[in-house]
Amino acid sequence: MSAKEMIRIEKLNKSFGDLHVLKDIDMTVNESDVVVLIGASGSGKSTLLRCINFLEIKDHGKVIIEGEEIDPSTHNLNDVRQNVGMVFQHFNLFPHKTVLENVIEAPVHVKKMSRKQAVEEAKVLLEKVGLADKADEYPSRLSGGQKQRVAIARSLAMQPDIMLFDEPTSALDPELVGEVLATMKELANEGMTMVVVTHEMGFAREVADWVVYMHDGYIVETGKPNELFDNPKEERTQEFLSTIL
Amino acid sequence: MPSIQHLFEVFISSYDQFFHATWLTLKLTVVSIFIAMFIGLFFALLKISRIAVLESIANFYIFIVRGTPLIVQIFIFYFGLTELNMSDFWAATLGLAFHNGAYIAEIFRGAIQSIEKGQMEAGRSLGMSRTLTMRRIILPQAFRRALPPLGNQFIIGLKDSSLAAFIGVYEIFNLATTQGSESFDSMTWLIICAIYYLILVFLLTLLVSYMERRLAVSD
Repeated sequence: MSAKEMIRIEKLNKSFGDLHVLKDIDMTVNESDVVVLIGASGSGKSTLLRCINFLEIKDHGKVIIEGEEIDPSTHNLNDVRQNVGMVFQHFNLFPHKTVLENVIEAPVHVKKMSRKQAVEEAKVLLEKVGLADKADEYPSRLSGGQKQRVAIARSLAMQPDIMLFDEPTSALDPELVGEVLATMKELANEGMTMVVVTHEMGFAREVADWVVYMHDGYIVETGKPNELFDNPKEERTQEFLSTIL
Repeated sequence: MPSIQHLFEVFISSYDQFFHATWLTLKLTVVSIFIAMFIGLFFALLKISRIAVLESIANFYIFIVRGTPLIVQIFIFYFGLTELNMSDFWAATLGLAFHNGAYIAEIFRGAIQSIEKGQMEAGRSLGMSRTLTMRRIILPQAFRRALPPLGNQFIIGLKDSSLAAFIGVYEIFNLATTQGSESFDSMTWLIICAIYYLILVFLLTLLVSYMERRLAVSD
């Protein structure tokens, strides 16, 4: 039995000017997998994540989403992105809209869902992330952890098949990290396919199906969390882990 | 200098004339600023389009407006448009709109570019197109940020509408200079004219700060 392939990346290369950020990346993510990307800053993990929803466009190689190779010059990327949600380090909530308006924005204006239905679904999602009582607040009134949970709800409102998390807890005060990780863990338990860039090794160990270690634009090592953390095969991985654990 | 009492008497007796002239000044200002907002937004979007030809067109427009005196622009519109049987009011209005549009374009461009890059990315990541994100997410925030400098430009536009006098529009300044020289009492009329402008600018300032407060609810 083979699981459905949600993301496949083949020989992906990406440069910013002279800077070669991603080098021959190969990666496969199956349905319901939680893949955690780790590595030092500048190793290319965020860029790799952003290539999956085409906020960055690859130079060479293939990005295959749910079995379909996506060519940015011919595919409508807006359609692709509806299925690939993203949560950002700095939340990027829309500050001029209330929490509820943030969540219903894309369903109403992209999916053309009726406002009434969008509001109903948004309320369910806000309940799920524990913020039903904040629906009518503006983002400026929320804590960082609450903002990030709203951002997760906003992404989920499009009913994506894949969720990308770009250092979702890095901008949070330490005491607020837990609530965001708990929400992500719940999502993982429900079977969401997730790719997560994070420095939270506890989360990686507990929730990830696969951990990918990146260094200098290469994927150095991929493994189950206990293998990679307890018995890293590559010297580079060992060095990295010794600096952070 | 005229005595306070004389000033007061002329102020009262000229009320009716100034009422009409003020109405004309207001029409000139409001209509020209209204048109200028659309011109400004249009050229601001050209400037951020990242399409070289469109950027050049916008830059050329701004270059022309900034590089020539407003009075020259108004005269060119006047002589250009009277051939089309356009009234002097509309020549002045369009001249002012053409002029203010360039400054408003720069105000909008600055405001749009000041919105964090993450806002566009968040919109795009939800499947919204660039245009939709611009309209629903970026522009409303940019407009709010643009309001203080826009208010400033509205005030400049109001005062600059006095130049319409030179092509015969009978607005506040034209009334004051005409009546002043007919009555050999220019100083009195000019001071009254200044008072009317002060009142108008004061009211406009109140309006802008009211709008700023209305739009600040999300802070």
